[in-house]
Amino acid sequence: MKSLPEISEKVRKNLIWKSIFRRDYRNSIRDRAQAVFGNVFLHLHPVQVRESAVKLRFTWGMGGITFFAFILLVITGVVLMFYYHPSIDQAYTDIKDLEFQVPFGVILRNLHRWGAHFMVIVVMIHMFRVFMTGSYKAPRQFNWGIGVFLLVLTFLLSFTGYLTPWDQLGFWAITVGTNMGAATPLLGYQGPFSEYLHITPYNDIRFALLGGAQVGGNALLRSYIWHCVAIPLISIILMFVHFWRVRKDGGISKPQK
Amino acid sequence: MNPFIQIITQPDNIAIVIMIIMVTFFTGWAFQQAFDNDKLLAAGRPVDGENDKFIDTFKPLVRIELLIAIVVMVGLTVWSIAVDAPLEEIANPTITPNPAKAPWYFLGLQELLVYFDPWLAGVVLPSLIVVGLLAIPYIDINPKGNGYYTFAERKYAIIIFSFGFLVLWLLLIVIGVFFRGPGWLWYWPWQEWDHARVVFEPTRDLTSVIGIDSRSLPGFLIGAFVVGSYLAGGMIAPYRYWKKNNPELLSQLGMVRYITIMFLFITMMSIPIKMVLRLVFLIKYIWITPWFNV
Repeated sequence: MKSLPEISEKVRKNLIWKSIFRRDYRNSIRDRAQAVFGNVFLHLHPVQVRESAVKLRFTWGMGGITFFAFILLVITGVVLMFYYHPSIDQAYTDIKDLEFQVPFGVILRNLHRWGAHFMVIVVMIHMFRVFMTGSYKAPRQFNWGIGVFLLVLTFLLSFTGYLTPWDQLGFWAITVGTNMGAATPLLGYQGPFSEYLHITPYNDIRFALLGGAQVGGNALLRSYIWHCVAIPLISIILMFVHFWRVRKDGGISKPQK
Repeated sequence: MNPFIQIITQPDNIAIVIMIIMVTFFTGWAFQQAFDNDKLLAAGRPVDGENDKFIDTFKPLVRIELLIAIVVMVGLTVWSIAVDAPLEEIANPTITPNPAKAPWYFLGLQELLVYFDPWLAGVVLPSLIVVGLLAIPYIDINPKGNGYYTFAERKYAIIIFSFGFLVLWLLLIVIGVFFRGPGWLWYWPWQEWDHARVVFEPTRDLTSVIGIDSRSLPGFLIGAFVVGSYLAGGMIAPYRYWKKNNPELLSQLGMVRYITIMFLFITMMSIPIKMVLRLVFLIKYIWITPWFNV
C-alpha cells in the first residue's frame, strides 16, 4: 500500500499528466505566472492585478457574474435545443414534454428562465457600477460604448427568447413589443410620415421583424434563430472586444487624480 | 390570498423583487463608498484603492472568481428548484390577455405609452437612451472621479444618471409590473383586479384649457410655439446663465457638446413634465399636427 504523497508523486510523474500540465507547480513566482498565461482560459487575466480587483466592494464582481450567467445560459440553452422544434405545431408541446418527459427537464428550463432574468438584472447593475466609479472616463470611453451595445444585446437575447415556448405570455409580449416597431417614423406603417414612403403593414419594419404581418410561424423561426445563433454570435464577438479592451485600457480602473 | 402576496410571488415577478433588493443594496453601497471617499478627499488623503499594490492573479483572483461562480450557481439552482417557470396556455391570437404586458425590462417604455404616442415612447425615446448612454464618456468632460466612488466631485453627472436609471428606468418598470392592471389602469397591490372597471377620465389638449380647439390653426400654432419654446428655452436659458456665471465651463464644453448635452437633458426632462401634465392637469397632447401629436 502506497501513501498518498507517493501516489500523487507517481501521478505527477506520469506521461499523460505531464503532457497536460507540462511542468510542476511549486508555487514560485514563475509558477504562479505560468498558471495564468499557460492556460487558455485563465490567460484572459493579467499575471498580476491590483488589490481592488480582488475586493468585492469596488467591482461587486458584476461584470464577471454577467459573463458567468451568459455561459450558464449558453450551456442550458444548447441542451434545451435538443428537445425543441421552432414550429408552432410542436414548440408548445416540446415545452410540455420538458415538464413531463425529459429527465431534469423542469430544472433545465427553470435554470434557463431564471438565469436569463438574473443576467438582465446583473448587467444593469454592472453598468451602474461602471458609471458610479467613473470608469467610462479616459481611456475607457470606447469600451463603455461596447458595453452599451452588450446591454442592448442582453435585452434582445431575452426578448427573442420570450416567444420560443409559444404560450400566451410570449405571444402577447412579442406582439406588444413588435407593435412598437410599427410606430417607427418613416419605416413603420403607423409611424409619422410613413405614408410618403408608401409603407403598409406588409412592407414595414414590423413585417421584417416578424416575417409576416402578425406573430406566426415565421416570427417563431426568426426569433429562434436570432435567439440561438445570431445574437449570441454578435454578443460573443463584442465580448471579445470588451474583455480585450479591459486589459488594453489598463485593467480594472484605478483612481486617477 | 392577499393580492399583494399573490402578485409579488408570481414566478416571473420574483425576479423583480430580487432586482429591487439588489439595486437597493448596491445603490446604498455605491453612495456609502462615495461619501466615504468624499471625506478622504476633503481631508486631502488618498481615496480607497489609490495605494493599491499588485498581487498575483493566481490564486487570489482566480479563487474569488471560482467562489462567486459557485455562490451564483448555488443561488440559481436553489431558485430553480424552488420556483417553476410558468407556462401559460398555448398561444392564441384570438384571445388578448388584459393587460398584455411586454417583457418586464421594457415595461418602463410601455408605461411611457400613457404619456407619449408609440413613435415617441417605443422608438424615439429608447433610441435616444442608447445614444445618450453612448455619448456619456464624450460629453462628460469632468476629469475628476475617474476610477473611484465619489459624489462631491461629480454631483451633476451622478444626480442626472441616477435619476434616469433609478427613477425613469427602474421605478417605471416596478410600476408597470406591480401597479398596472386591466386596461393599464392603476391598481394598488392590495386591490383586486377588476376587469369591468372603467375609469372615465376626460383628457384634453393643452390649448383646449384656454378654450382654443387644438385641431384648429391657432391651436396648431400655439402648440408649435409651446413645444418650440420648450426646446429653444432649454437650449438658450442655461447657455445665458453659464455665460454670465461660468463662461469657462462653456468654452471647455464647446458648442457641439453643449447642444448634445442640453438636447439629451431636455428630452429626458420632457418625460416627468409630460407625466405631471397628464396626471395632474389631465392634458394629453401639447401639440397636434396632421402627422404626429406631441
